[in-house]
Amino acid sequence: MLKDELRGIYYILLKDLRAYYFKPPNISWGILFPLVLSLAFSLRSPGDLETLAPGLIAMAAVFGTTSMEAIVITFERRTGALERLLLAPISLKSILLGKILGGAVFGAMISSIMTVLAVTGFKVRVAAPVWFAASLLLSLLTLSALGALVAVSVKEVFEAQTLSNYLRFPMIFLCGVFLPVEAMPLPLRAVAYFLPLTYSVDALRASVTGAQNLSGLMIDMTVLTLFLIAFFTAGNNLLKRSLK
Amino acid sequence: MEIAVRTLDLTKRFGDLVAVDHVDLEVRRGEVFGFLGPNGAGKTTTIRMLVGLTTPSEGTALVAGYDIRSDIVEVKRRVGVVPETSNLYDELTVWDNLLFASRLYHVPRGERAERVEGLLETFNLQGRKNTKFGRLSKGLKRRAVVAAAMVHRPEVVFMDEPTSGLDVLSALSLRRYIKGLRLKDTTVFLTTHYIEEADQLSDRIGLIVEGKVVTVDTPENLKNAIAYKPVIEVHFKENPDPSLITEVESLGRVEREGRVVKVFAEDGVGALDTLLHIISRYKMGIEYLNTSRPSLEEAFVSLTGLSSEVMLAEKDRGRG
Repeated sequence: MLKDELRGIYYILLKDLRAYYFKPPNISWGILFPLVLSLAFSLRSPGDLETLAPGLIAMAAVFGTTSMEAIVITFERRTGALERLLLAPISLKSILLGKILGGAVFGAMISSIMTVLAVTGFKVRVAAPVWFAASLLLSLLTLSALGALVAVSVKEVFEAQTLSNYLRFPMIFLCGVFLPVEAMPLPLRAVAYFLPLTYSVDALRASVTGAQNLSGLMIDMTVLTLFLIAFFTAGNNLLKRSLK
Repeated sequence: MEIAVRTLDLTKRFGDLVAVDHVDLEVRRGEVFGFLGPNGAGKTTTIRMLVGLTTPSEGTALVAGYDIRSDIVEVKRRVGVVPETSNLYDELTVWDNLLFASRLYHVPRGERAERVEGLLETFNLQGRKNTKFGRLSKGLKRRAVVAAAMVHRPEVVFMDEPTSGLDVLSALSLRRYIKGLRLKDTTVFLTTHYIEEADQLSDRIGLIVEGKVVTVDTPENLKNAIAYKPVIEVHFKENPDPSLITEVESLGRVEREGRVVKVFAEDGVGALDTLLHIISRYKMGIEYLNTSRPSLEEAFVSLTGLSSEVMLAEKDRGRG
């Protein structure tokens, strides 16, 4: 029943937020990370904050969604607690969605703080707030689904961390956070187009600066949606395979 | 007679290894079914298939009337599982853990708090309801895990080694609870490597070795199935008269050690009757007398061809 599935997703989200994400050390990290990031970049390039802000917000979204989520899922798998969810009368898809929403909510907290700092501290003006919110939301879900995929593909917490870093750091450098994708050599540009963060940064930048080209924004959103579906499907299949 | 669990050719392979080999079982509604076998015999894999944690390679099973292959969500609604490891959430309190379980199993909102309170009382956990699960002792954790498995009032409860590693008192209280479930018409599918526990708790026992079910019967029938001679052991108040011993020898082989006489009787109850008659004729005082029957342990050895120590030895190796 759909109602039971939706309730299951909500309760898994609530439990994860309470048991893991909203613990004082995580909240303080969630506040400190965007603060330090914005301080460092405001000192490094004080005149170029409007260009940098979308990239920094996207970066906050990457770290916010994937850092804790990979640990939560692998930790629960290690302790056997994930099995409690697998025993519950809800589908695997709902379990995975509950987990993804946990990462997305934590990522939303960190990237929202980053956005507030950009608007109030850097005096960045968000030209299209609705598109900005939609881009950020879709980015958070996609990046969180990537985090969940990483977590279900490994067994140990340290493996999840290492694999997450293999994806996170190249994304930070290749996806237009600091350097426009167009300015990169062709082979790196080609890699960048296969990474979801490229489309997140592009969509956020377009909505901050005022989207001149709505079709470009729509392409970003469409590609992000495709990434989200692909990560979710792959994660669900891996979880299903673990039950074989 | 209603059947709570029926397995049909249930099989699980891991590569070349056949962990569960074409198992056909019937567990009756309201009974405590003991699934007994050494470590690696296939007990846990069988349970994992029955509750949807792993899919069968062949065959299927009906649990609470639903097929585990096609209706696993319906099965999950109706079963409770006590896994071998106490796996509630360390960071949540006992109350929050039970409340989460009640939400996940769709207990109506208005009933949740009452049910959780009731379980805290049943398992004597009221004083610990605000303690984080991770800070509880092993015995208390076990009680909380059983409570979480019962929050949605399941028709069938699967318990995998529920008393393993518990202190004597915790194990005793948990066994008492399991016995009580029978009165509530709840079916219990229990795996254990403690032969005595299976004997005390189970209405029927299934013996499984190397993935195959060797036999299923009541503990009494399993014990009676093996050939045995009862031993009558008499502790006299003083050394017995030699002529009494001569007379007793007509009942079977006799061993005497001081004031203690053991009679290996050919004819169990009949022999005891005759023995008491002889003793009373000689007017000999008795300190005490006992008779021994074959234990389930002996039945297990006889029926499986394994040593009963295999169960404990393999379990310890598994832990180490």
